[in-house]
Amino acid sequence: MLIVGENINTSRKRIAEAVEKQDSAFIVQVAKKQADAGADFIDVNAGTFVDREAEYLCWLVKTVQDAVDLPLCLDSPSPKALSEAIKHHRGEPMINSISLEKDRFDDMLSIVTAQPCRVVALCMTETAMPVTVEDRIQAGAELINRLTVEGVALGNIYIDPLVQPVSVDTRMGNAVLGAIKTIMNDFPGVNTICGLSNISFGLPARRLINSTFLSLCILQGLSAAILDPTDKRLMANLLSTRMILGKDEYCGDFIDAYQKGIINKE
Amino acid sequence: MTAHELLEKIAFNVIQGRVEAEDEGFDEGLEGQPGVTELVNDALAQGLEPKEIVLKGLTTSMEAVGEKFERNEYLIPDMLASAECVGVAMDILSPHLMKAGVEGKGKFVIATVAGDLHDIGKNIVAIMLKGAGYQVIDLGTDISVERITAAVKENQAPFLGLSALLTTTMRVMEEVIQQLKEEGIRDRVKVLIGGAPTSIEFAQEIGADAYCKDAFQAINLLKTTVT
Ligand code: B12
Repeated sequence: MLIVGENINTSRKRIAEAVEKQDSAFIVQVAKKQADAGADFIDVNAGTFVDREAEYLCWLVKTVQDAVDLPLCLDSPSPKALSEAIKHHRGEPMINSISLEKDRFDDMLSIVTAQPCRVVALCMTETAMPVTVEDRIQAGAELINRLTVEGVALGNIYIDPLVQPVSVDTRMGNAVLGAIKTIMNDFPGVNTICGLSNISFGLPARRLINSTFLSLCILQGLSAAILDPTDKRLMANLLSTRMILGKDEYCGDFIDAYQKGIINKE
Repeated sequence: MTAHELLEKIAFNVIQGRVEAEDEGFDEGLEGQPGVTELVNDALAQGLEPKEIVLKGLTTSMEAVGEKFERNEYLIPDMLASAECVGVAMDILSPHLMKAGVEGKGKFVIATVAGDLHDIGKNIVAIMLKGAGYQVIDLGTDISVERITAAVKENQAPFLGLSALLTTTMRVMEEVIQQLKEEGIRDRVKVLIGGAPTSIEFAQEIGADAYCKDAFQAINLLKTTVT
């Protein structure tokens, strides 16, 4: 299971403040905590600064990679911000994200094919948000076909079925779970990825909801997740779910995490 | 049931989010009792004015829902259930309102701007405005500057609502206002904006008439600024 640490996002107030003040010590600390907690990629998102997004994203890339030896998940809907940020990145980044929206697909494609990288592909049709399982499967299949035709390796594609809040529509949980299962079955080798927290938007006890949802996603075959790796309960849930589902050989990851104190005694 | 009781029942059931008799409500033990659909049909059968049903049954109750939402007593699903009631009631009432030649409060064009596909908030605003008596023309999501201004022109709409949830699309609102100016119709339409990244400051910066935190604020604002 590939873990992308989500905490460096300027939609969070403290991160926005640190970015504005160019407080690299704070950003480094948030990055290191996520790395220590088991993140494989660190997400960086400066999307709330419309006019200075590219500049801030570049600063985040340099600041985080100066301190942490991990690849980053460059998170922006803006091709301009991404193409600049990527110049500062060491190693193979994850580009978040491409979608079937007309201009976005073409612009992002040229970035994605310019160097080796992984790419998050959103299950959005050209003009609409997905509602049903079928919408997602269709968009996912089209993305996979169009990306692989352009030479992107299946294993570098991370399909995001777009989690929407169950508070707004109670069918949204099943819509994502069904899509993960079918996409993983129909395209062996491809990856699926989710940001979890949209599921609980507008509801109380969000951590509980996110954590339960993660287990169900893993059951359907989810292979990557964008989450807060420093949330010990969530990580414990992830590790135990994988183990129970036979995805953790000799229960190694679980026991290892327990011994490192990532999982508490009870 | 007297007319007054009937209207109170409609309002009560909107707040409870009960579209039909079979629906549960917020409180216990309401299942089986008539819901908004049955009650609105009853009210029409009894000869109540459709306009009265809108004002005393729907508008006041949505104000109450707004207050509960404000106090965190109601969460999004509760609000959506009430909004659905208003939507269903308006579907039943619309033909009657038209027949009676009731003048609404005016045409309200609403759209999510180009590049943005978020529509949950916009849809809620559209339903609420319908319930408050506006004739809502919902253009949908990802709507170009040209289509928005054309719709305002064609309908001679006195109100325009713009929604954007992305920092990358909020700037399109500014383009819409610019375009309205260029076409010389800016002073004929009040522009309301909303969506997570927008704010009072942003509304002022781009020259919109108002920023609305939610649908309820939009209705209150229209009530106070429009005569
Ligand atoms: C649900 C959701 C989605 C759903 C949308 C489903 C749909 N059918 O709309 C999905 C999963 C598909 C989605 C996709 C994306 N999303 Co989204 N999404 C959200 C989320 C969680 C909730 C939005 C929502 O529906 N809220 C509930 C409604 C009731 O509230 P509301 O929209 O604010 O509307 C109320 C008021 O604002 C106001 N209002 C709104 N409009 C108007 C208009 C007028 C005229 C008036 C008077 C009032 C008014 O009244 C409404 C009712 O009270 C937000 C998080 C957030 N904090 O908002 C992110 C969020 C908006 N999304 C975000 C992003 C980045 C995206 C994506 C690019 C991909 C991604 N990585 O998730 C795509 C974009 C696609 C596109 N091109 O538009 C970011 C935007 C960040 C930024 N810097 O811009 C947010 C803030 C999440 C985050 N923190 O990262 N998303």
